[in-house]
Amino acid sequence: MTLAYTPSNLDEALQILADHPDTVLVAGCTDLMVVDYAMGRRHDAVLDLLAVPELHGIAVSDDAISIGATTKFREILNHAEVQKNYPMLAEVAGTVGGWQIQNRATIGGNIANASPAGDSLPVLLALGAQVEVRGAAGPRIIPYEAMHLGYRRVDLRPGELITRVRIQKPAANTVQMYKKVGTRAAQAISKVVVGLCATIVDDSVAEIRIGAGSVAATPVRLDRTEARVRGARLEPSLADEAGRIASTEVAPIDDVRSTAEYRSFVLGRVVRRMLLNMISGETGPNSTAGSGS
Amino acid sequence: MTQPPRPREVGQSRPRIDGRDKVTGAARYVDDLNVPGMWHGATVRSPHPAARIDSIDFSRARQADPEVAAITAADLPGPNVVKLIAEDWPILAAEEVHHVGEAVAIVVAPTRERARAAADRVDVTYTEVPGALTLDDALRGDPRVGGQVNVLASSNIDWGDVDQGLADADHIVEGEYETGWQEHIYIEPQGMIAIPQDDGSVEIVGSMQCPYYVQHALAHALSLEPDMVRVRHVATGGGFGGKEDFPDMLGAHAALLARKIKRPVKIVYDRHEDIVATTKRHPSRVRIRTGVAADGRLLAQDIEVVLDGGAYITLSPVVLSRAVIHAAGPYACPNVRIQGRVLATNTVPNGAFRGFGAPQSQFAAERQMDRIGRRLGIDPYTIRERNAYRVGDTTPTGQVLKESVSAIECLQEAETRTRFRERWQQFENARANAPDDGRPVRGLGLSLVWHGSGFTGNGEQRMNSPVTIRLNEAGAVEVRVAATEFGQGTTMVLQQMVADAVGVTAADIVVVNPDTVEVPDSGPTVASRTVMVVGGILVRAGKGLADQLMQFAKSDAASPIDCGPETNELELKAGQLLDESGAVLGSFSDIAAAYVASYGTLDITERFEAMPGIEFDEETYRGAAYSAYGWACDIIELEVDPDTLAVSLTDATLVYDVGKAIHPAMCRGQVEGGTLQALGYGFMEEIKLKDGAYMNDRLATYIIPTIRDTPDMDTVLIENPTPSGAFGAKGVGEIPMDGGAPAVLSAIENATGIVAAGIPATPERLFSDRMAGRVVSNDRAGSAKPAEGGPA
Ligand SMILES: Cc1cc2nc3c(=O)[nH]c(=O)nc-3n(C[C@H](O)[C@H](O)[C@H](O)COP(=O)(O)OP(=O)(O)OC[C@H]3O[C@@H](n4cnc5c(N)ncnc54)[C@H](O)[C@@H]3O)c2cc1C
Repeated sequence: MTLAYTPSNLDEALQILADHPDTVLVAGCTDLMVVDYAMGRRHDAVLDLLAVPELHGIAVSDDAISIGATTKFREILNHAEVQKNYPMLAEVAGTVGGWQIQNRATIGGNIANASPAGDSLPVLLALGAQVEVRGAAGPRIIPYEAMHLGYRRVDLRPGELITRVRIQKPAANTVQMYKKVGTRAAQAISKVVVGLCATIVDDSVAEIRIGAGSVAATPVRLDRTEARVRGARLEPSLADEAGRIASTEVAPIDDVRSTAEYRSFVLGRVVRRMLLNMISGETGPNSTAGSGS
Repeated sequence: MTQPPRPREVGQSRPRIDGRDKVTGAARYVDDLNVPGMWHGATVRSPHPAARIDSIDFSRARQADPEVAAITAADLPGPNVVKLIAEDWPILAAEEVHHVGEAVAIVVAPTRERARAAADRVDVTYTEVPGALTLDDALRGDPRVGGQVNVLASSNIDWGDVDQGLADADHIVEGEYETGWQEHIYIEPQGMIAIPQDDGSVEIVGSMQCPYYVQHALAHALSLEPDMVRVRHVATGGGFGGKEDFPDMLGAHAALLARKIKRPVKIVYDRHEDIVATTKRHPSRVRIRTGVAADGRLLAQDIEVVLDGGAYITLSPVVLSRAVIHAAGPYACPNVRIQGRVLATNTVPNGAFRGFGAPQSQFAAERQMDRIGRRLGIDPYTIRERNAYRVGDTTPTGQVLKESVSAIECLQEAETRTRFRERWQQFENARANAPDDGRPVRGLGLSLVWHGSGFTGNGEQRMNSPVTIRLNEAGAVEVRVAATEFGQGTTMVLQQMVADAVGVTAADIVVVNPDTVEVPDSGPTVASRTVMVVGGILVRAGKGLADQLMQFAKSDAASPIDCGPETNELELKAGQLLDESGAVLGSFSDIAAAYVASYGTLDITERFEAMPGIEFDEETYRGAAYSAYGWACDIIELEVDPDTLAVSLTDATLVYDVGKAIHPAMCRGQVEGGTLQALGYGFMEEIKLKDGAYMNDRLATYIIPTIRDTPDMDTVLIENPTPSGAFGAKGVGEIPMDGGAPAVLSAIENATGIVAAGIPATPERLFSDRMAGRVVSNDRAGSAKPAEGGPA
């Protein structure tokens, strides 16, 4: 028998968690269901995060958006402000699973599940997001770089849950690019996924953040590639070099979905292509795995 | 053979009879059925590819759940064998296990959860022993047979003088081609219910293609007379060959448990267990040496086919036989040698899968044609057109193709619709000057295939299948055959064909659900034989029924019709009895009712009759391997992302000679669905092995195409009839599996220059092929190996 808590507000949810620390949080359940079934696992108690109103919805301010943890990818994809100022986020939302999954899967679940292949994670890295978590002891703000501690481990303490994701509005001269390399055109787990955010001033790259997934135990920033590109003049040779650095600065693995060689190669090709597209001004959607908006 | 009647129902695409129930969820599949008192079975499986079983201990399982009962090999009442062709496939592993996932014990409990929990608590200890995990291992020698090469089956064809042909050739072209496993992914996993009866018999209800195979296998395993095993087919969600062999195993497990606990027992696999435990398509390795004249004519083909049979023989000899007979492709060649072997490995036995060996050997044949074309500077269309079979040509078994040969027609129609030659050449030129703009590169690929309909060689003669048509008490016409409906539309086409044979409407025909106490053994539902072969026998039976009723109408005292002695020629048409002038004399239903009132029900039983002159020698592989062949040309157009090598299929042009489309919409459905399965096989569906276990054992990792991966399909049905099939029909179920994979690889080559030798051609494989220099030779002269991250 499983006990299911359906708290009516955030404080109640935190109280239940404080009193029953083994309670398992459930949002869209699209990850949990799969793992539980495969492992033949049952839980004594679960808490339905979808019941908590404070955790849901997108709040827009002049300089940022704040996305509730239980906001579904489809809601993110359809949101006008996201589409306008955070297009990469709308794009990634449209590549998670297929329609059915997008209707249930939440951004908080994607973060907390902490798969190295989680599609939104490199995008959150590239956008410089902050994660707001809360426990009985109060809230904490975690810069996205510090969120992933290791393979499938996030910086959440017992009794804490993810409440919101906050993203600063990118400057007007910022380009955002996203590429998912999946195993097929929809319902695909990423073999390589890249989010890139760059500010361009006078044909030079003033600032750049590149997040990559499925190439390490956690989503990673491509620090060395960024360092080479930051401040440099945009030209084809820079793109070639950035691609070369990107493909060597990670050490991906062979697994059931792909090979280490392919992943390194493709990461380099994708980064190179993004820089070439910046030069040619083609910064539009470039996903191989858009799944029907 | 009697002349087929003029078609009326045949050729129309009526809504499927079973469609509404299936779409609304009213259809009841085995897992929807509950029999009072029913318990559930679960299976304990080997984690090792090769090991000795030291002990099996149920104490933990029994402690946790005292109601649980269990069976091991030691408890079997009859021979420990699932009887197919050979007798080597154990129901439960006895002393040794030979593959990961092999059943070691079965347990039963009141609920599925408890049964599965109990299976997890069975402690089996093993001592691992060396095995042959891969085909490479198998070629080196199998420890199971003292290090010899463990050959499960072999077949050879020798036609003409191959050595002379090679010596006479202007070019010798050599190639080696590999194909991987393929999993059926029928939408409904395997499931069976066994119900023990008071008289000692057992009833089996389940998801299957071949009720009589299950009956035979179970009678053997349980040491019962066949009629003590009643097998009943229920709504079945797909088969693709996967429910030809494995249901014998699952039926045996359910029946053993049911007889032990004297209760009905259900076993239904979940998807993961289904992938882990059930048969797959045989992986293959084919090597071809072809001698070619300067003008592109084939002079000699020397072909070696090696299939990975897995741990047991199952259906491997017949899969190999079909692989070998199709291995030279649909091309005339005076000198052909084909040597085929199936080798054992310590993996799940590979078995029946749509196409049955022909997709593997024709993948190689088609890639070899592309390679020959490249060597001689001839495009893929022209090299095939030059060599494709025409009427009067002789196959490597010495069969003269006398009629219904459409290879050229299929090619030409496909060319007309796609302008293949011109556009293929454009893409060749574009490849040479492709700008590095990140835009996808396009390519076109082509394949030409043939596929023998029905059983190979004398299979049909040997089975001598009976079919029955019955005029029942209600005066309706019943079709009684063992052909099962598992989504492919059997019920519908049987109705249509018999309606026309008798001269009534499809609505007058009742297709009786296959059940061994109700229907005769008209053979298995395999080998694309149902329409062509079973249909053909039914047409004769239907004609017989009509003749008998017309005789009755004309001359019996009890006839409700007064047609006078001078009327000779009567005709039944759409349920009406007509005289020579076409005047309606009465209705079928009135005549049938009067007949039944006077004489009771009427059964007409007919058996297979071979076409004159169709003979095959199974020792020498000489003669007519099949009485008719289907022909098909597939053209695939695709795009490849130059950065990721991800392939996206845009268009498919599918030209298929089916003899006669009984139900054109379903016929296209077979072509299009089968092609998608073939395309997935070609560029997506992959099973990798780690320590003898499948790594891709879930739908999250075994990747099949979704609708978003599916190209637009332009499907053309050509009807070039064969006298050996009902209404001229040839088999259509399997041929769509043959041409998709080679056409995709041909198109990838046209787009990228990468000559992928094996499938699935995943981006990873294309990448390593390119890094290894497997690119078309004029490309190799340039920059074959792009630096990582550098320009292509
Ligand atoms: C068919 C299919 C396709 C998929 N495709 C993709 C894909 O393309 N890309 C991709 O990235 N993912 C994919 N996924 C994975 C999954 O859908 C996503 O990771 C999704 O975002 C998870 O969200 P959820 O709300 O369903 O999480 P749940 O399953 O409810 O939870 C996942 C984990 O996070 C924890 N959790 C959830 N919310 C919180 C919170 N607010 N605070 C703390 N912990 C929390 C839960 O306790 C659980 O451990 C797919 C899954 C399926 C079944």
